[in-house]
This record gives sequence, structure tokens and C-alpha cells, in this order.
Amino acid sequence: MSASSTADAPFVAKTKVGRFTDFVDERVGGSGILREFGRKVFPDHWSFMFGEVALYSFVILLMSGTFLTFFFDPSMAETHYQGSYTPLYNVEMSVAYNSSLNISFDVRGGLFFRQVHHWAALLFVASLGVHMLRVFFTGAFRKPREMNWVVGGVLLILAMAAGFTGYSLPDDLLSGNGLRIIDGVIKSIPVIGTYISFFLFGGEFPGTAIIGRLYVLHILLVPALILLMIVIHLFMVVVHKHTQYPGPGRNDGNVVGYPLGPVYAAKAGGFFFIVFGVVALMAAAFTINPIWNYGPYDPSPVSAGTQPDWYIGFVDGALRLMPGVVNDFHFEYVVFGHTLTLNVLLPALVPAGIIFTVLFTYPWIERWITKDNREHHVLDRPRNAPTRTAIGVAGFTWYCVMWAAAGSDLIATHFHVALNDVTYWLRALFFIGPVIAFVVTKRVALALQRKDREIALHGRETGRIVRLPHGEFIEVHAPLDDYKQYKLVGFESPAPLPAEPNEHGVVTRKEKRRAALSKWFFEDRVAPATPAEVEAAHGHGHHEAIEGADQKSLSH
Amino acid sequence: MKALSQKRRHPLAAIALLLMGLLLTGGLYAVATTVNQAKAETTTYSASDTEEGKKLFEANCATCHGMGASGTKDGPSLVGVGAAAVDFQVGTGRMPMQMNGPQAQKKPLQFNEDQTHQLSAYVASLGAGPAIPEEHLLDEKGDAAEGGELFRVNCAMCHNAAAAGGALTRGKFAPALADVSGKHIYEAMATGPQNMPVFNDANISPEGKRNIVTFLKKIEANGSPGGADLGSLGPVSEGLFVWVAGLGVIIAFTIWLTSRSS
Repeated sequence: MSASSTADAPFVAKTKVGRFTDFVDERVGGSGILREFGRKVFPDHWSFMFGEVALYSFVILLMSGTFLTFFFDPSMAETHYQGSYTPLYNVEMSVAYNSSLNISFDVRGGLFFRQVHHWAALLFVASLGVHMLRVFFTGAFRKPREMNWVVGGVLLILAMAAGFTGYSLPDDLLSGNGLRIIDGVIKSIPVIGTYISFFLFGGEFPGTAIIGRLYVLHILLVPALILLMIVIHLFMVVVHKHTQYPGPGRNDGNVVGYPLGPVYAAKAGGFFFIVFGVVALMAAAFTINPIWNYGPYDPSPVSAGTQPDWYIGFVDGALRLMPGVVNDFHFEYVVFGHTLTLNVLLPALVPAGIIFTVLFTYPWIERWITKDNREHHVLDRPRNAPTRTAIGVAGFTWYCVMWAAAGSDLIATHFHVALNDVTYWLRALFFIGPVIAFVVTKRVALALQRKDREIALHGRETGRIVRLPHGEFIEVHAPLDDYKQYKLVGFESPAPLPAEPNEHGVVTRKEKRRAALSKWFFEDRVAPATPAEVEAAHGHGHHEAIEGADQKSLSH
Repeated sequence: MKALSQKRRHPLAAIALLLMGLLLTGGLYAVATTVNQAKAETTTYSASDTEEGKKLFEANCATCHGMGASGTKDGPSLVGVGAAAVDFQVGTGRMPMQMNGPQAQKKPLQFNEDQTHQLSAYVASLGAGPAIPEEHLLDEKGDAAEGGELFRVNCAMCHNAAAAGGALTRGKFAPALADVSGKHIYEAMATGPQNMPVFNDANISPEGKRNIVTFLKKIEANGSPGGADLGSLGPVSEGLFVWVAGLGVIIAFTIWLTSRSS
């Protein structure tokens, strides 16, 4: 196409369709965009597809959500249910709950769409979380992708906000209980808490304004922000290009994979329908948030088994784990006539605060410790960064302890243990769980590295036992092919970086701290087998297989 | 009148006042607590029922509850618990108790219907208490919506809004109510077995109890309109399902999609 469109002889398409597309192309430059994007190379690995799952879930959410807005009425005015679900017939309820019930029972396909929307929301946040774990454990957040990591973190928070505002909309008993907890948390904030709560709810909880306000946030502001962040996120992916796993021929200067067009685009498009299909199947066969079970919201009843959706669970769990009184130590004080309830404030804000602070700052923390200012486009295998992997697993364990605590009552009933014991154990794990996870993970990572090194040096065990002439038995090791060998030896294993003087020749205290952290980060290390070591080991193995006789050094 | 006001400083005035107060509150309490017994003992027990029940009781229950059901340190007195309590505890297999624990567990029935009837007759003969509910209260033809409201306000905090059960402190729990007969649900409300509070007839009227039973039976018969209910346990089972099944299936697809090329 480009060859024929020279300045002297203007290109004229032969067919009608050709002339039409040419007309459009000359005005919007589509072919240039297509050429650029179509050639964009993406490496192929299943773990790279979680971001895609999140994106597709979001598209499903937009579509199913639009359907729901046609029938949902966020008014908190009182009405009497006259729909077809008889166990609630003529019960007094809000218009919002009434319309949610009508969507479920009297709008054709309404219940299906409600369930699609809710399952897609759970999947959206779940795939986002798994995507972030993948990025963290492979070190994909390193330069130049630190800012994109932060955008991802913002997306996670926005996704939780979208989920929570949506969870509250049906105005059933469950969502009202959730709002009540949020109201309690807001009110526990010193000085401004009560003002914020009254501002948000338009007076005393629950008021008559909150559902309408959450609705605006849920269908307008939060999705718009998510969309904006997705655009920024994808734009940066295009600018940075995609990371790749280590392999022969892959380095920080290239991307090995398949171009976007046409196969990859078709695959990605097909994958959208797979995700949609899985969500639709779940929505068709499994009920989610059966609001008709919970009844209309009324501030007095609370149902057993009241939990938030899974992504808010860790905050709820932290609240459940917090003791009100430890021996004689109280967590509630009256300061200048105002109540300060640390037993709500601390668990609600501190763990979430720690998790998100560490999440947002981690790329800079690691960069400061390692002084690694290079661009990284080749990923780390998690085992090859033992301390980072251990930090990640420790953090994830901490999260999981709080997460489990949100279901403490169900753990108690389903495993026939006492609720109090579940709480005590989880309280203990809250403190020691991350430490155990850190130590165990680091040791496992180092052990895997040693195993890799062993295989790189001596080949894989074939299971073939050979008896040597002098009576000794040995197992024959077969050397790996070059591709597998590269995977086992082609990684960096940085040594601790001692404190260095600055431009004035002074070793600052901060630098000493950094050096100490660097030592902690890198002191336990397994160096990859060098070519010389491999050569020596292979020569040795070769020797052993061929000759095998009277050598003391044979047995390893 | 003058005589009364003059005697108000009499040394015995305080005592008289105290007596009057006690009589008044005691009388009110007696009226309040006998609300349940207003319709007590409409079921007729023959003398032989009571006699047989006594024998069964002495052979199977007296070890803990004492001779004459007067109670020991291992089991409470059963005087005045009524036939409903016996019918519930024995009729659901909770009594005789399998072992000491946070609460009596359900187990296969140890007594047949006749024997349960005889035991009820014996215990009912010891003192007035809640009787086994009449048939018309268990016809499941009450107002389900009204029953649902009563259930959410009075029962859901332990039994869960969908009656799927819930945890209480120190190993105690509120059981799921599916597959529990209307009679036993009614009796449980009237007698407050294990850790359950008593909902007497002043608290929830017999008509209200009938509505609650109607509601529970209705949601049980309704099933789950939205597909498999995942135990009606709320967001925890939903979250578990999306992580294990939803994400699991999608990961299987991602592996399939990327398996050919690399």
C-alpha cells in the first residue's frame, strides 16, 4: 500500500470498498495506527493474561451495569413490595430495594444480568489482584514500570471502591449492615469523623440520601476514573513494551513474541468471549447475593454470617480480630469529652494503610536498597529473587490471615471448632504468620536455586542406575538441552552492596542503613553456575560416564 | 383518708409498702410467665402414658436429671419445662445427650414416637409448662411476609437471614433450619433449648410463631431462584467460589491459549 502512494501518482483504489477505506484512511490515518499496533510484539505466557481478564471483566461490568441502570431506582422513599416474590409481599421497604427485587423477579433476564454483574465484579478484583501478584513476584514493577505499578495500585483501590458502592445499592439487610460498619469506622476518626459521616449520609445514619449518592459514585465517577486509569495503564504498557520471561535470545533490549495482528488480536478477542462465557455460566448456574433472602434494610436486625464481598474482607477481618480489652488495658478513651475508639480506628485503618503504603512505595524501596537504576524488561523467576519473594509471601500471608478472619464464624461452624479459638489462633498468626512465611519462603526459594544449580552443573537425573566394574553403583545424569540450561544459569544474583561514600567522601548514616538492608536483602544467595563451572562439571561427568574405573572422586 | 396519711410514719409502714411492692411485681411476673401456659395441656395424656413415661425417665434420664426430674449437678430440673421441651429435645435426638459439650448435638433418635409421647406426658405431669403446639399452628398457612419480618428481627442474628445457621461463642452454634419440622421449630421458640432464648407467647404470639414456621417452610420449598445457593452463606462462599472455580477455569483457559506457541 505504502509503496504505491507516491507523491506524483496519487493512489486510486480499484474497488468500491477500497476507495471507501482509502477515503477514511486519508482522514484518520488508520493504517498508520494499525501498522504500529499490529506489529506490537507480545510475549506469550499464561501468567501475562490476568490483566486482560481484569480488562474484560470491566467491559462485562459496563455492559451488564448499563442494563441494570435501566431498571434500578436509587430512591430511599418507602414503599410496599407488590412484586412476585411472595415471602416479601407487602413488606415495607425502600424503592431501591423494591426495584432490585423487581430486577430479580419481574424483569426478563434481570436476575441473570444482576448475577453477571456481581460475579464479574468479584472476578474483576480477583484478576486484578492476581495480576498484581504476578507483577510483584516477577519483578515487573522495576524501572521503567514503577509508575505503571502505582497506576495499577490506584486501579485496585478504585475497583474496591466501585465494588463497595455497588454492594450497598440494593439496600437490603446485608448491604445496610456493611454501610453501618463503614459509618462506624468513619465516626471513629478523631475530630472530623462525625462531621464526615453526617456529610456523607446527609444527617444521622442511615438517612434518606446515601443510596442516591453511592449510585452517582458507582455509575459515574468511579467507572470514569477506572476507565481513565486503564487508558493510562495501557498507554504505558505500549510505551514500555511488555516484559518477558528469561530465555535464550531474550534480553532487556528486545521483546520476543508474536505481533498483535492478526493472530494475537484474534486470540485476545476470543479470550474476551471465553471470560464472558465463564462469567455467564457462573451467573446462570450459581446464585450470588440473594437479596431476597436478606430482606429490606432496617437498622435493628443483623444477620449471622454478615460479611462484605471478598475484597473488603481483610478490613472486616482486622476489625473482628481486634480485642476490645486486653487484660485491663482498654482501647477506648474519652478525650476532652469526645470518645476515641482505638479498637475500631486501629484495625480499620492501620492494616489497610500499611498494605497500600508498602504496595505503592515498594518499587522505590527496592530501588534504594539495591541502587539498581537499570531498565529491566526481562523478568525474574521468583526463586531468583528470594528476599523479594519472601517479602511478597509474608505480606500476602498477613493479608490472608485478616481475610480468613472475616469468615471466622463460618470456619467455626464448618470445621466444628470454637469461634473464640479461631479468633485466638488468627490473632497469633496476625503477628507470627508473616514471619514464618518470610523464613519458609526464603529457604524454599534458596533451596530451589540450589536444585537449579545442581541440575545445571550435573544434568538431570535419568533414573538409570549403572554398576561400574569395581562394583559401585552410579546414577547416570543426562545434560540438559541449551534452552533449559539457559533458564537455569541465565539470571543475576546480586551480592550485597556495601556502604559507599557520597560525592563529599562521606558515608552517611542513611547510606549505612541502606547497606545494612542490602546485606539483609542479598546476603543469602546462590550464584548461577558460571560457564567455567558448567564446563568443569560436564567434563567431569563425561569422564565419569566413559571411563568410570578406579576413581575415588566418582561418588558424589 | 386522714387515717391513712397519719399512719404513714408508722414503724410498720415501710414493711407494708415493701410487701405491697413485692406482691405486685410477683403477681405481674406470675401473669407474664404463665402466658405460655394459657393453652397448656390441651393434649390429653392418659395415666398409663405418664406411668410408662416415668419408667422410661427413671431408666434413661434420671442419671443426670435426678429422680423425679428434680435436677442434679449434671442436669437441670425438668419440673415445669413442659411437654414441648421434651418433645423437642428427645424428638430431635438431642436428648439423651451424646456427651457433655458446649451444646447438645442432634443425633439419631433414641426413642420412638410413642416413647417420646410418654416421656412428654411424664414431664408435663410434674409441673405446668409449654405444651406441644396444636395442629392449626403448624399448618404452614400463615403470613410468610410477616413471619419473615419476625424472623429477621428475632432469629436472623444467630440463625442467618436465610436460616443457614451461624456460630456462637466458645463452640456453640445456631443450627441451620432446613429440614427441621415445623413442630420442632415452634417448640424451640416456646422452650428455648440449648443457648436459644425463650420466645414466649407474650414475646411472639402463637400466630407470629405460626407465621415464622410458614416463612421458613416457604423459603425452604422455594429453593434458590438464582441457581445453586452455595450454602446460602453469603459473600464468603461467593468469594471462595470465584477464586477457586471462576479463576481456576480461566487459568485453565489461559494455559490452553498459550500452550501451542511457546
